[in-house]
Order: sequence, then structure tokens, then C-alpha cells
Amino acid sequence: MRLEPISAPTPARRIVPPVLALVATLVVTSVLVMIAGRAPGDVLRQIVIGAVGSKFALLETLNRTTPLIFTGLAVAVAFRAKLWNIGAEAQLYAGAVITVILGTGAMSAPSFVMLPVLAVAAFIAGALILLGPVILKTRLGVDEVVTTLLFNFIFLLFVSFLLEGPLKDPMGMGWPKSARMLAEARLPRIFDGVRLHWGFGVALIAALVIWVMDAKSTLGFEMRAVGQNRDAARFAGIPVTSVMIKTAVISGGLAALAGFSEVSGLKGSLTLDLSPGFGYTGIVVAMLALLHPLGVVVAAFFVAAIFVGADSMSRAIGVPSYIADIMLASALLFMVLAILLTKFRVRRD
Amino acid sequence: MTTTVQAPPALCLANIAKRFGSVLANDDVSFDLNQGEVLALLGENGAGKTTLMNILFGQYTADTGSVSVFGETLPPGKPGAALRAGVGMVHQHFTLAANLSVWENIALGTQGIGSFVLRSGQVRAKIRDLSARFHLDVDPDARVSTLSVGEQQRVEILKALYRDARVLILDEPTAVLTPQEAQDLFATLRQAVEMGLSIIFISHKLHEVMALADRIAVLRHGRLVATRTRAETNPNELVSLMVGTAVERHEYTPRTIGAPRLSLRNVSTPSTGTRFGLNNVSLTLHAGQIVGLAGVSGNGQAALSDVISGLIAPSSGDIDIAGQGITEWSPRVALSHGIGRIPEDRHKTGTIADFDLTENAVLETYRDQFSRRGWIDWRGARAHAEALRETYDVRTAGVDSRIRLLSGGNMQKLILGRVLEQSPQIILANQPVRGLDIGAVTYVHRRLVEAAENGAAVLLISEDLDEVRKLSDVIQVISDGRLSPPIPRDDATPAVLGHWMAGNGFEGEVPHAS
Repeated sequence: MRLEPISAPTPARRIVPPVLALVATLVVTSVLVMIAGRAPGDVLRQIVIGAVGSKFALLETLNRTTPLIFTGLAVAVAFRAKLWNIGAEAQLYAGAVITVILGTGAMSAPSFVMLPVLAVAAFIAGALILLGPVILKTRLGVDEVVTTLLFNFIFLLFVSFLLEGPLKDPMGMGWPKSARMLAEARLPRIFDGVRLHWGFGVALIAALVIWVMDAKSTLGFEMRAVGQNRDAARFAGIPVTSVMIKTAVISGGLAALAGFSEVSGLKGSLTLDLSPGFGYTGIVVAMLALLHPLGVVVAAFFVAAIFVGADSMSRAIGVPSYIADIMLASALLFMVLAILLTKFRVRRD
Repeated sequence: MTTTVQAPPALCLANIAKRFGSVLANDDVSFDLNQGEVLALLGENGAGKTTLMNILFGQYTADTGSVSVFGETLPPGKPGAALRAGVGMVHQHFTLAANLSVWENIALGTQGIGSFVLRSGQVRAKIRDLSARFHLDVDPDARVSTLSVGEQQRVEILKALYRDARVLILDEPTAVLTPQEAQDLFATLRQAVEMGLSIIFISHKLHEVMALADRIAVLRHGRLVATRTRAETNPNELVSLMVGTAVERHEYTPRTIGAPRLSLRNVSTPSTGTRFGLNNVSLTLHAGQIVGLAGVSGNGQAALSDVISGLIAPSSGDIDIAGQGITEWSPRVALSHGIGRIPEDRHKTGTIADFDLTENAVLETYRDQFSRRGWIDWRGARAHAEALRETYDVRTAGVDSRIRLLSGGNMQKLILGRVLEQSPQIILANQPVRGLDIGAVTYVHRRLVEAAENGAAVLLISEDLDEVRKLSDVIQVISDGRLSPPIPRDDATPAVLGHWMAGNGFEGEVPHAS
């Protein structure tokens, strides 16, 4: 059996496999739900209701969407340039740490100064975190998959140290938790009385900016060229190393904005459970979006909806919310397979 | 003359033809490999050797013709059939699992999926027996990652023998070996022939071919141009068979030669792996002149091309452009000094397959000509691409179609247009017509000659002597990373060039016309 590339896929070839992937995901989920002794229809309906069935549910989903847009964009930007950044989790926490340090009293300024400073500081922190692995890669050829992945664990332990030590809230009754952010360091809500903060707005803007940069700017062009064919890019005079470093800065910075947004917009302080793996889920989001910046927004919403919906379904029906992980994992696997089938034809020998 | 009872040939290729689009990769190729014989298959890159081997092993189906092994015709397009019939191939790049032991590698894939227990004792015994018989000295229990390249090659050969191969095909086997290892390999192969094996030896190293082969088959442009026994040929003849006899006179109007545009002085580059670096090369390109660089492939052409493209900086020596010494050297610097580059590999370095025509058209110029303050002027870029498409006759559905969908000829016309539209002072054309059909060849050649007539200094690197002699004003030969002195086209007889290309050094008589 071998794969043969298709030079010009027909519209049917491009649409049918992804649709089949979605169907296959639902089938896998349904089978598991049936094994758990529930009706798949009920479970799926409850997931949808729990995710988008009420104003409260929808806002909850959008709040969950926000960090996923940032980490999804971070991964998409990096992956497009074939920079395998698996370290969005560490970059997110780096952004969160800086935000907490500056936002709990290290500086004081009115909100319109404070918030941009926090965002920029977080961006820089995330960029710096990714710069190390990228320089190791461009200079010494060290595999960035390994370095970025493993650095996640190191950095999380470092955050744990900070929360037990220098950043520990003296009023926190001994919990490993930072002090509360100052009021002027908090991202305001988009509408009064609605539990949705401006982090979501910033995320949407970031997606738009990345999309425009990708399509219209010289840097976007260079990043795509380096990602598609490094040899041809180098031959054409594109400074490959410098493009990789710029990519790393943008990618690491975007992931760090997720940390900034969660701390400043949602939580108001830093704890070790700030991110339930947003950095890793960002990879799923980016892959489902086919690395397209606007696709990331849609995919992030989809992924957030499954998580929020599954939580709510679990409370209502009693099927464990781990079903959300299975849905996502199978959606991703089937989608990757589907994408392969849009590009290749399977031939049997 | 004695007549013997006719044994069937070990391998018989009859009238093999294979066409890809408009390119004939194999054109009616027929030859036999006799039992107990070493046949060298000689030919430049792109001569059709790989296609032929792929047909033999069933990866491709030939348009016409058949393959038979020991008199049995192989079913076409069935990978594995040749293996089962007793043909083993040793690839240039080994296919070994580095973390497994020698015997595990050899046994890999020889047992059915159902058999979980490896009969390691039997396997080892058979390997020891084969090693002893063929003098292939390898420890079956050694881990492959600890072996030298020469030893790994022995494992590859053992792998083929273990599968009861009676015909062994070796693709460029000495490319990765040290001279000593190559000598050992030759001894092994001679031994193997004595044991009754038949061998096809693919190479373009002439002295090795002359040292080992009983017969030599030469492929050129997909056709089998000659089969010679070793006794009746010599390296000079083989070179001319391989790269063209170039006897016909081409139309030629002398051009006005201008000032020097690009000079390399005593440039050297390191050899990397199997690739020749440059060894103290000096070269001057003059305005209005085409310098043709002839040579058997793999003699330093790639390094020279990389230096002029800006991809690698010389480890020693100087580059002068228009009389000015160059201190910093990169592709972008080369472009900014008016060097237009047509790379050897249009798929891997010339274009980006999934970019569209517009994006590829501005790949070298987007920054200087089609952007303002970091934003690309896509409207201007598109218009430029449209113009290129018109002027250079690039046949596509539109400037939005991906380069992947273009034929080689159209891809090359795009690259040519991208280069010539910049009115380059210096043009590097590395194998500009390899793999193109005759129409595209004529077109590319005409454009290059026009560019020279308009004052560009052109370096044409080609393994096709006909092409070099047709276009060039002056010809130089590259061999072992060294460059011959330039000789005028009329003095560049095939005999002289062949002598130089065969690696005999550049000393000897200064050639004269008449």
C-alpha cells in the first residue's frame, strides 16, 4: 500500500474526508456513551446546551475560548514556519508571572498605562522563553521539540517555587497563591454586568493582526517561505535564521498573552492551576484550524465548547467529562487522517 | 571461436521505454547481464539510470518492454517480484536500522508476520556461513550504529545474499567509501562473481568502472548509446559516450567580450561528506561571454555553484565583482550585486512548490521592489507575475496556480524570467535544461545567448558536453574540485575535454585547433 500525491484535488476530495472525520468522531463518542449506559443523543444534546444553550453557558465558553485563541495562534504561527513550539504552556506561565509581579504592586499607574505595560511585558517574557530553544536550534541544531516540551515542566516547577516563596500571598492562609492584582491592573469587562473580559477582544484582534501579517506583510511572506521550503528560501536570499527568531518572538509572545489575559482578565491572581493545559490544547486548536489564524478562532471556540459542554453534561447526566478529551483526541486524529486523504490517494499494490 | 551451451542471461532488459509527460526517461533500452559478469551502468544524473532501476524493481511500470530474470519474465509494476526472483539491490543510502544488531537487520522482513520467535541461531549461522564464503567480515551481533560505513555496506550486501540474491545491483557503492574501503569492496565483488553472482555496478567514476567491470553499458538522455567490453574501451572514450561526442558544428557568431564582471581568486571550500569542495579555483567571467563548465557530475560543480549563488562563502580565496573585493557574502549580497541564479534543482531550491506563480515570481525581489514599510504590494507583484508569464511563455491557468502543477519546462521558464527581468550583470546557469523537452531546451538556450549578447557574463554549468560546446565562447573543465585553464571553443575538442574530464589532470599539450 502506498500514498500517491494528488496534484489538483477536486472539491469533493477536499470536503468529503473532513466531513467523514466529524462523523467518525461522533460515532466513536456515541459508542463510548452507549458503553456507559446512556443514550448518545441525550449526551450530545446536553453538551450543546451546556456549551451554548444559555447566555451564561455561552459566556463561559467564550471565556474558555480566549486563552485557546492565544495559544492556538502561538502554535499556528510557529508551525507554519516549521518551528515546532510545544512550549506554549511555559510561555503562558511566563506571561502570567510577569503580569502578577507587575500587577500586584511592583508598579503603579492608571489603568490605561498599566494594562498595555503588562501586556507588553508578558509578550516579551514569553518571547524570551522561546528564544533559548530557537537559538539552540539555529546555532547547534538542537531539536526544539525536546527543549520546548521539557522546559514546560521546568518552568512549572519554577512557578511552584515562586508561589511557595517570593510571590506567595502573605494573606493567603498558606495556600500557594499570589496576591490579588490591583484594580487598575485588571482587564475590564466588555459589557457591564456580563462576565466576559477584554482579553477576548484582544484575542480576536490578535487573530486579525496575525492573519493580515501572514497575508500582506513581508515578514508573513518570509515566514511562510521558510516553513514551506527552507532551502529555496535561503537560496532566494531570505534570512532564514532571523525569520526563525522573529517567528519565535511572535509565537512565544502570543502564548504569554494567554497568561496575561487569564490572570488580569479572569482569575485576578496566579495559582498553579491557572492553565489546565491550554498550551498543549493550543496544538490541537492550531491543527484543527489547519494553522489558519482565523480558523484558530473557530477551532478554539469549538474546543472550548466541548470542554464546557462536557462539564455541564457530566453534572446533568453523569457520564464523566473525560468524554471531552476523547472527543477532541478522536476529532484531531480523524482530521489529520482526513487532511492526508485530501492530498493523497491510497493505492494498493 | 568456441560455442558454448547458451545459459539464459541473469537479467535481460528488452526494449524498455518510459515517458514522463513530454520527457522520455528511457528510450528503447535493451541489455543483458550475463551470469557471472560485472556490468557497469554508466551515465550522468538524469540519464535514466534511476528510472531503469525503478522499472526493474516494479516501482514504475514501463510503457513498453519487459524484464526477465534467468529467463523468467517479471510481471510489470509488482514491487517485490524482482526480489523474489533473486535480484538484490544495495542502495547508495543504506536502509539499516541503526539500533538493531547486524543479524536482526538481516533477518528483518524475511519472516512471516505470524512467526513471533526469531530463529536467531539459524539466522546467525547462515550469516556466518555467507560471511565466510564471500569474505564479508562482519560480526553478526554487533550493533549497526557502531559499524563503519564500509561495514554497513557489507551488511547491506549480506542482506541481499541472505535473501538468496543471485543478481546484485549496487548504486554508486563507492560514493560513501574511503579508497581503502573501496578496494575491499572490489575484492568482495570479485569474490562474489567467482561464486557465481552477477553484478550491475552503477557509477560515474571511470577508473572504478575500468577496474571492475567486464562490460560497460552507457546511458545518455535515456538511450543506451553503447555497450563495450573493458578490453575494447578506455576512459576517454567512455567520457565522450557519456556526455556526448559533440562532433557537429553549431552556429556561432562571435560576441564582443567586455570587462571582467566576476572573478574568483584561489577559492577553496571544504569537502563535505561525499561532495567535492573547490580546490584553489580561479575563474573570471567577462561581460558578453558565456563560459561553459564541463565535467563529470560530482566533481565540484555543486560547490562552485553554491559559492557563486552566495550560499557558501569560500574558506579561503577572494571574490571580486566588477573589480571590487567582496567582504560579506550571502545570497542576498549576490543578488544585490546583480548575480542572477538558475539553480540546479528547480524543485528544491528554485521554487516553493505550494506557493503560487506570483509568490514564486517575487521570491527574490519582494523586499526591494514589491513592498513598502514591511507590507507587500501584492497588486504590483501580480502584475509583475502576469508580465513574466506573458514574456516568458509560462503556460499555466493563471498567476494564482501553484507551482507544483507546472511542468518542468514552465517552471524553468518562470525561474529564467525571474532572473532575466532583473537584467543581471552575471548569470549562473547550473544545468539549466536538465530534464526539459526539446522545445523548452531551445527556448532556454536562446534566452541565455540573448542575455550574453546584451552584455551579461554567463557561467553555464552542464554535464552535457554538447550543450557546453553549443553555447560557450570559452570552455573550462572541472575535475576533482579543480578547474582547468580556459580554452576557446574552437580548441575544445572532445579529445582534449574528455582527457581532462576523465581525471587525468590538466597538464599535457596545450591544445590547438587545426
